[in-house]
Amino acid sequence: MAKQQSREQGITLRGSADIVAEFFSYGINSILYQRGIYPPETFTRAQQYGLTLLVTADPELQRYLCSVVDQLKDWLYKCSVQRLVVVISSIESNEVLERWQFDIECDKTAKDESAPRDKSQKAIQDEIRSVIRQITATVTFLPLLETSCAFDLLIYTDKDLVVPEKWEESGPQFIANSEEVRLRSFTTTIHKVNSIVAYKKDSFP
Amino acid sequence: MTHFGFESDLHTLLRLDAPILNAPPARWQRKARDGPAAPGPATLSPMKPSNRAHGAGRTPGRTPGKSASKTQSTPSKAGGDRYIPHRSAMQMEVANFLLTKENDDSEDTPTKKEQQKTWAVNLNGFDVEEAKILRLSGKPQNAPEGYQNNLKVLYSQKATPGSSRKNGRYIPSMPDRILDAPEIRNDYYLNLIDWSSQNFLAVALDNSVYLWNYASGEIIQLLQMENPDDYVSAVSWIKEGNYLAIGTSNAEVQLWDIQQQKRLRNMTSHSSRVGSLSWNSYILSSGARTGHIHHHDVRVAEHHVATLAGHTQEGDSGDFAPIQTFTQHQGAVKAVAWCPWQSNVLATGGGTSDRHIRIWNVCSGTCLNTVDAHSQVCAILWSTNYKEFISGHGFAQNQLVVWKYPTMAKVTELKGHTARVLNLTMSPDGSMVASASADETLRLWRCFEMDPVKKKEKEKAGSAKSSIIHQGIR
Repeated sequence: MAKQQSREQGITLRGSADIVAEFFSYGINSILYQRGIYPPETFTRAQQYGLTLLVTADPELQRYLCSVVDQLKDWLYKCSVQRLVVVISSIESNEVLERWQFDIECDKTAKDESAPRDKSQKAIQDEIRSVIRQITATVTFLPLLETSCAFDLLIYTDKDLVVPEKWEESGPQFIANSEEVRLRSFTTTIHKVNSIVAYKKDSFP
Repeated sequence: MTHFGFESDLHTLLRLDAPILNAPPARWQRKARDGPAAPGPATLSPMKPSNRAHGAGRTPGRTPGKSASKTQSTPSKAGGDRYIPHRSAMQMEVANFLLTKENDDSEDTPTKKEQQKTWAVNLNGFDVEEAKILRLSGKPQNAPEGYQNNLKVLYSQKATPGSSRKNGRYIPSMPDRILDAPEIRNDYYLNLIDWSSQNFLAVALDNSVYLWNYASGEIIQLLQMENPDDYVSAVSWIKEGNYLAIGTSNAEVQLWDIQQQKRLRNMTSHSSRVGSLSWNSYILSSGARTGHIHHHDVRVAEHHVATLAGHTQEGDSGDFAPIQTFTQHQGAVKAVAWCPWQSNVLATGGGTSDRHIRIWNVCSGTCLNTVDAHSQVCAILWSTNYKEFISGHGFAQNQLVVWKYPTMAKVTELKGHTARVLNLTMSPDGSMVASASADETLRLWRCFEMDPVKKKEKEKAGSAKSSIIHQGIR
């Protein structure tokens, strides 16, 4: 965080990876809060992107998110990540009910030593803010999660990536009979993130 | 036989996915191979040797060469309804090879690979060959046991909002009074009852109009049409209640003085029966079957002051110009009522083919609310005492329904009529509704009775204004 703000001049590869990872951290927290996956009393307020966001205070969840986001940051830096998916599934039936998909387009030409990109921190933050706002707003039309739900994070990486310890390969976990809503996107000029939320179509018309 | 041959040909054509064994080569293949140098003899069916022999004989007028070349180019015409190639001209092995080769997947073209990839991307959302999906080992994360998503509380909706709440007042389910209305015309497009501010209920029964004094219970026959074939098709009281306008089947609009029980005017301008009437101070608007609405200034000799023509069939309660046209109803719209407390809100009810009550914001033209009434909506009235409205229905229950606005929750249903409700009208104090039905009864329902305390307050407020109301119309 402090690292990014010190770089006022432009966006470097590492800075971009930080920004995007941070967005995911807040974005996932927002989804978990907004969708009621975790009890609202386990969240605390945090000011970010000019918004008041809710971040989990659950130590176990914090640990989990931290390890995923740290790993993600590394992959973002290496430009080997293609997509992050937050899968929300019913605990009882294991059925996938909701899928928040963040497609990441990496500019693989960006290197550490290449000149910083010309995009202001503020412009990026504005874009991120509108994505987070949209995540909040989608709650109004997403079907209510009737059963207690669990969530999982899937990261789509390049094929040649060595699977790190504690990580495993997974299926895409699609939703049968889903409806999709495309959300806004943002770009740091090195990483572009497109967001889509897919949810199980209501069986009642 | 020909029929079956054609069918099997079609079948083979349609089944391009499976390799066709021992099938004749496609015509274009054969043509390409043989070239024009080897035109097959013009045979009609290889299955019937006799046919082959007669092949040329079938068209004796033609030279063999001509007929052959003709068959080659447009075989379907020359050989009847189908083309059957000659077996001797076939190279089954080559054809088989070509055909199976065509369907062989091993030899993928670059475009095909591209296509497969696109399919994979579309189906799976990612390219299997280019991505790996990773997740942190272990079970998916979830909240501690026993946690219930409490958003459910926020979104859960009661099955019948509003109506399930105790609605705070008692609505008698039985009519307050039942009056006989013999020979009332069972016609959806007429307006046969109206309740005046002086508490007279005017009822048009076929060719006469009766007045029923609610206070005394006295009944007066106001008029009877001279010609027994004519009938009264609409009645409407002026706001002050001393004049009654009637519309007749012979296209007249008459004005009656109640005190004198005399006809004051007979205004003729329509060419067809007048099915609806509406007053706006001294302007009487009449809607006729032709679809025209005429405005009559009842004070002057040249009474006909304006015409509106926008309808194709009988207009209703024409006291407004078509500023907006709404097209969502699927059938006839008879029940139309303006909300008394929100002047831009209009309630409309559709006929048998529509059966919906719709609430409109006429300023924006949007449909604010719609509710399926499950039966023909014959009439709608807004309550002046409550934020509610009442609708009269036809088959199957012939009921009246009181609705809450804007929740559109049913407050109550009033049943009793044995045939469809034709018209509704409200008592001057707004507490009662009279319904005229095709079962030849009028029923008076005490459905909007006011709370006595509120009533007193309203009366107090009303007495201050009463002097304005009692101003004459002249």
